[in-house]
Amino acid sequence: MEYLVTIGLEVHAQIRTQSKMFCGCSAEVANAAPNTHVCPTCMGLPGALPYINRRAVELAALTGLALNCRIEHNNVISRKNYFYPDLPSSYQRSQFDDPLCVAGWVEIAGEDGTRRIGLTRVHIEEDTGKLNHQADGSSLVDFNRAGVPLMEIVSEPDLTSPDEARRYFQKLQQLLRWIGVNTGNMEEGALRCDANVSVRPVGQKEYGAKVEIKNMNSFRAVERALTYEIQRQKAALDAGETIRQSTRGWDEARSVTVEQRLKEGSEDYRYFPEPDIPPLRLSDEWIAARQAELPELPAARSARFIAAYGLSATDAEVLTADRADSEYFEQAVAAAQAQGVGARDVAIWVTGELFRLTKETGESLGDIHDRFKPAYVGEVIALLANGTITRTSAKEVFEASFRDGSAPAQVVHARGLAVIGGGDALAGLAREAIANNPKSVADYKSGKVVAIKFLVGQVMKASKGQANPQAAQAALEEELGRV
Amino acid sequence: MALTIAEVEHVAHLARLRLSADELEKLQHELSHILDYIDMLKEVDVSSVAPTAQVTDLANVMRDDEVRPSLPREAVLANAPDQRDGMFRVKDIF
Repeated sequence: MEYLVTIGLEVHAQIRTQSKMFCGCSAEVANAAPNTHVCPTCMGLPGALPYINRRAVELAALTGLALNCRIEHNNVISRKNYFYPDLPSSYQRSQFDDPLCVAGWVEIAGEDGTRRIGLTRVHIEEDTGKLNHQADGSSLVDFNRAGVPLMEIVSEPDLTSPDEARRYFQKLQQLLRWIGVNTGNMEEGALRCDANVSVRPVGQKEYGAKVEIKNMNSFRAVERALTYEIQRQKAALDAGETIRQSTRGWDEARSVTVEQRLKEGSEDYRYFPEPDIPPLRLSDEWIAARQAELPELPAARSARFIAAYGLSATDAEVLTADRADSEYFEQAVAAAQAQGVGARDVAIWVTGELFRLTKETGESLGDIHDRFKPAYVGEVIALLANGTITRTSAKEVFEASFRDGSAPAQVVHARGLAVIGGGDALAGLAREAIANNPKSVADYKSGKVVAIKFLVGQVMKASKGQANPQAAQAALEEELGRV
Repeated sequence: MALTIAEVEHVAHLARLRLSADELEKLQHELSHILDYIDMLKEVDVSSVAPTAQVTDLANVMRDDEVRPSLPREAVLANAPDQRDGMFRVKDIF
């Protein structure tokens, strides 16, 4: 049977703050010793009062704006109640009825143009602690992560394939990193993803039963888990079985999804407004201030690169994948233009040589900014364009400059890479070639003008490629006239 | 309001309590009685009262994003019934 696939993603992103959501404990928990970033508030001890982190709210709203959401004026923090050892207060502070951001969308590139994926909501909440399961049937609990600020970004069920789900998730990662609200680091758990997926026969109106998949820790895992789960559901339906609404975990090692314990339903969480946190009433001015904080986003910057610099769509996209890269490129262009070098040449060298080198060293353009300065790109191109160095030398200069940060002109000087354009040096090499190759000289003198090509080759060889061939021929003609 | 045994079992599960058949029956009566008592509140006319979750009239109580010292780990773990490697040790739950 033919089936339609429906996927929605719930992405949890750590909001990049210094301190936790409701207390002053450090939110830098990825490499901290267990239970060293905790206090009475994030431990849920009696009498401790939560105190909301203004920056976390600001950054979550900024995210909502980047995702084309409406920011709600009235915000309530709610308690989501359940018992689990990683949840010290037995409730998670979250948002239920009144999320901070609603009704947004992101655009992702597809085979046939861009597609708009709807966003239901972005709300703020606190993270839980971390359970470390032991072989002896116990778990060790570390509460460092408890209370770390999170945003939950919930998409509409607009995704139609595992590949599209992955590209949507990647787009989110790009945007979150771009605006600086999240590190995008999935290994450290700063960005996590759950998926809801259902299939239904073509022609059936209502959605199939929704299965939630958890524990997907990479883009690849998202795509593989969804692919597996869709196949599983289709096979079950083909066999005449029914799919139950359930929660399954992705088992990376075995490459299968496995049914998990039955979770509480939404009613069982007994959400109610957190009495310890007064509501947030966000004014139009406050929202306008967040809007003013929003930088130019990748899509707008890419369009501008195409319009202003004449880049291809591909180059513009590559150069705006990362914000630091795009800023490096613009600085390189500005410096290069001052030397009469065009933006497209800069794009060729940045997407070619420079990305080859940074891929090798594992650095970003942001990392190398202070070493291989953006202006160096145009300087190398200018040295090539004005004939100071050959194309082969240009690559050598570029790489040497990239490695140790010396200015290109310095590298050319230190390595003697300047083209021997004329003068005594070239005349000397020409005389040498003439003295060493009497037969070619005789041929030339007897009217076989083409014999000079061999002599040019000898000069080039002797100069280790640094001579300009036209200049070498001119020098030879002059010297041959004297023989 | 009479609760069914199944409802009591469900609430016990949410509270992570394991109850015997006797206890379930006992609690069925006790909880039903409490709910009856709470039902008396329904007699009050609240049609003109807005849902109230806060009585302080405060709003926008927020702090700057600044790191404050956390507790020393000895203090954090001081009351832990069981611990290992600086962490609370609990029964494994899936």
